Parts: sequence; structure tokens; C-alpha cells
Amino acid sequence: MSAARHRAMFVGVGNPFRSDDAVGIAVLHFIRSGIPSDVKVLEETGDGTELLEVCRTADHVILVDAVQSGAPPGTIHRIDASVEKLPSWFSRSSTHAFGVAEAIELARTMQELPASVVIYGIEGLDFSAGTELSPEVAQVLPKVAAQVLREILATPLSESAHAK
Amino acid sequence: MNAKSFKVGVLARVEGEGGFAIKIKDQHVKEVKLNIFEPPRFFEAFLRGRKYTEAPDITARICGICPVAYQMSACHAAEDAFEVHPEGAIRELRRLLYCGEWIESHALHIYLLHAPDFLGYEDVIQMAKDHPEAVQRGLRLKKIGNALMTLLGGREIHPISVRVGGFYKAPAKKQLQALEDDLKWARDAAVETVEWVAAFTFPEFQRDYEFVALRHPNEYALNEGRLVSNKGLNIPIMDYEQHFAEEHVPHSNALHSVLLEHNAYFVGPLARYNLNFDQLSPLAKESAKKAGIDRPCRNPFHGIVVRAIEMVYACDEALRIIASYEPPDPPFVEVTPQVGTGYGCTEAPRGILYHKYRFDEHGLILSAKIVPPTAQNLKSIEHDLSEFASTRLHLPNDRLQWQCEQAVRNYDPCISCATHFLTVRVERE
Repeated sequence: MSAARHRAMFVGVGNPFRSDDAVGIAVLHFIRSGIPSDVKVLEETGDGTELLEVCRTADHVILVDAVQSGAPPGTIHRIDASVEKLPSWFSRSSTHAFGVAEAIELARTMQELPASVVIYGIEGLDFSAGTELSPEVAQVLPKVAAQVLREILATPLSESAHAK
Repeated sequence: MNAKSFKVGVLARVEGEGGFAIKIKDQHVKEVKLNIFEPPRFFEAFLRGRKYTEAPDITARICGICPVAYQMSACHAAEDAFEVHPEGAIRELRRLLYCGEWIESHALHIYLLHAPDFLGYEDVIQMAKDHPEAVQRGLRLKKIGNALMTLLGGREIHPISVRVGGFYKAPAKKQLQALEDDLKWARDAAVETVEWVAAFTFPEFQRDYEFVALRHPNEYALNEGRLVSNKGLNIPIMDYEQHFAEEHVPHSNALHSVLLEHNAYFVGPLARYNLNFDQLSPLAKESAKKAGIDRPCRNPFHGIVVRAIEMVYACDEALRIIASYEPPDPPFVEVTPQVGTGYGCTEAPRGILYHKYRFDEHGLILSAKIVPPTAQNLKSIEHDLSEFASTRLHLPNDRLQWQCEQAVRNYDPCISCATHFLTVRVERE
């Protein structure tokens, strides 16, 4: 295999200049020190083609992004994308025309989905230009971070990691 | 809403249904309205009081697809104010970085966003079922563009090794040579792309546009040049605001750019192609000839072919630069801030991106003005939609909406830098 494979990839998605859009990045910063060294950590803007590359180099992917589904702000959506399609509102949340949802579904079509892909969607309130999370979203940050970290720590060792 | 359609965006959520609305009454297009959100105003305010060194990195955050364009326009504007002019290998490296961005941005738009419209698929995910090789080719092309950006920029999205005056660090010749094989593959793939898209069926549609692009005496303009048009405009970039204005329109939060003398204008690949065709590489010209795209080309639907032709050029140009590259040492020219105003205008994948800054004696930004290409195309998009829809009123709404979205996508409108949107809505009275 040409590219290095990782036990797992943790991807925080967001734009730090778009208020609640940055919640994925905020979660990443919150838990970064607790993430084991064999888990690769990536900060992404939500460009779907980058995520396709991620899918090709990891057995397990955990991703956090902000969403707008109409649920109350701060709602935590957990979607196991390896078994279910991402809901349509997921693509509506991206600043990219080819974003997270498109990448996951294209990877599925091209049979390139990793063994597991877990997507956390955090319901945002304010996506206008700005550098602060809204209080409703900031409030759930510790809870989301703890849940995501548990999920990362629970990812099984991959075959490539066993081989080392 | 499908994956490739323009999304109802953040402000749309606040303001109710957003995007394009086409109102039809008595078999006539009564109104075309664009309701979009344009963030540069925030960035302009955010930049005030910051140091000139921060402008390239902060403005690069405006757009995830064309960060190089923002960095380049910001650097050139600061260098203009401080009277420094990086030449030689630094200038070439910047051009190379821009080629990377053109390749990745054009590949994304052609393959993942626009081709599904022409081939009758709801989105690229559906298209990939029948055309997996084409999608893989598009993804690999984009990846090669990104690889250039990663090497020169440090990381592909929001490059970080660009600075006012040049680069923090220049790559070794060997590092660039390592990309040559991929770029040769990309050049072939770009030629195939031109052939592939030239065989699509294009709606019969054209308008008498005023095309505006940078023109440089010696090269297909990327970073420098004068602003010219097919209707007689020929000005230095510092005169931009004497000729172009931003209009506030009641139905939109965005400002629409207009050319004072002639109103709407058109920037981007089609404008560059029409104005600077003579400066394309021989291979790009040959591809264009085979594709049969006449000049001047006034059918905006041919934009997808022109993007592919520009991709051929960008690969060619990247290979040329790498072949003659010697690392600049040091990789930047020293910059000493001074009081002044600086102008930068470069050719982003979607068209000219204008920056203007006023600095104090310490190089702190007193004011900033940023005009992204999509804002400059908005008026042309509205006019296109109005005219295009008028000839297709017999179509059922969903079909009309589909075709109108395709027409909007001719401009590759950047949803993260000028808009955050959208779907076309057809209303009949």
C-alpha cells in the first residue's frame, strides 16, 4: 500500500471565521492532548475531496462537523455512515459544494468507505462571519468532546497497526 | 436538494428562503432575484488594525477553494504599497502555486460540480455509477493540483508558506522535479478532459458580454497585468475603483459589482480565453482548436470547455516553470513598511480578485477592500437567467429549475467566498 495507513483518523471540520461552523475544530482543540499518538488528527475546511483521501488511508474515521438540521442548537447527532446514508440536511450545512456528505456518499459509490465512519454533527445556530461559538453550542462542547474522545479511544487496532 | 446544487445558505436561513428566485407572470420572466450573503465585509473589518503580514493568511480563510488567490492579491497589494517587486524565481514560484490552484479548482468544478448537469445526473455520486473512470480522473487531477499547493504552500487548503515579499521557505529543485511525472499525466488528462467536455451538448445561448480580465504583455496573466475588456477598457489596477462600482441592491445582502460605463461584466475563464488566447501554450491552443470553441466565445455554457483548456495550460506552465527552476536565495525580498495605499488584482480560478489596503507607517492596516470574482459576476448571472429562462418557459418547473442551476454554474460561483447558497426557485403567477 502506497500511503501510510493509520489505526484511525480523527477529523475536525470547520471554518474558524464562521462562528458555529468552527465547532468541529473547537472539539479537536478540546481533546487533542488526549488523543493517542497512533490516531491521526486532521483539521479540515470541509473540502470533500480531501475527505476522500482520508477515507483511503484509514480503517476508522471519526469526524465532527457543524450542521443545520432544524434541531435545537447544541443537539448532538451521531451517524454511523458505514451503515446509513447521511441525511440530506448534512450537505446543506457545508460551505463547500462538494462537502462531507458528498465525499462520504461518493466513497460509498466507489466502494472506498473505510471499515467504520462515524460522523458527529453538532447543531449550530449562528453561521455568519465571526470567530465565536454561540453560547448554546459552546455549552455542549465539553460533553461532545468527551463523547468523541471515548469513541476515538474505543476504535479497534487496525490490521496495519497489528502488523507493526 | 441534491449534492451539487447550490445550497440554501446561512443567511438564507435567517432571512427565509434564499437563493435565486425567478418570477414568471403571463409567460414572461418578471423578475430574477439573487439573495446571497457576502462575507468579505466582515474580513475587511477584521483586518483593520492588523499587521500587513497577517493579511495573506487571514484573507486566505475567506475561501477554501481559492486561498492562493487571496494570498496573492494581498501580497501584491502590500508590496505595491511598500514599493517592493519580487522578481525571478520568487515570481515564478508564485505562478507555479497559482497553477496548482487553477488545476485543483477547475478539476473540482468540471468533474464534480458541472459535468453531472450536462450528462443528466442529479449529482456526481449518481454520475460515478456510470462514469467511474471520469470521476477518478477528475479526483486525481485535483489531487495533483493540491500536491503543488501543498509543496509550495505548506498545506493545501490555506497555504501558509506564502509571505509578503515571497515565501518563508522555497522548495528544493528535487522536490519540484518529483512532481513532474504526475504533472505530465495531468497534462494528458487535461487534454482528455477537453475532448470529453467538448462532446457534451450545449444549450444554444449567447449574449454580448463585456469580458474583463488582466492582461500582461508577455504571459497568460495570473498575478500581474492591466485590466482590459473587449469593449475598450484598458487601465492599471490602481484605477479599478474609478471604473468599477459596487451597487447595493434591495433584494440582496451582497453588493453587485458594475462597470460604470457599461454596467454588467463577465470575469473568469471565458473572459481570459477571449482576451488572452494568443498567450496560451501551443498545446492549449491546439486543444481549443480541436474542441471547436470559437473566439470570441459568447456562450457561457462553453465555460466548462474553456476551464479544461486552462487546465491544459496550467499543467504546461507548471512543467515549464519546474524545468527552469533554481531556488531563490533568500526566498523573499525584504519589506519595509511605509505609509501608503496598495492595490492587488490577480486572476483567481473564477476571475479577477481585487484587494486594496491603506497602511500606516508601521504597516498596520487602516482600511481594506476586497472584491471577489463571484460578486463581479452576479449581475451577468442575473441577466443570463432572465434571458435564458425567457426562452424556456414552456418547460415544467423542475426542468426549468435544473437548467437555470446549470446556467448559474457556468460561472462556478464560489459558495464560500461570495455566497453561501443556493437553489434556483421558479415561481409562476
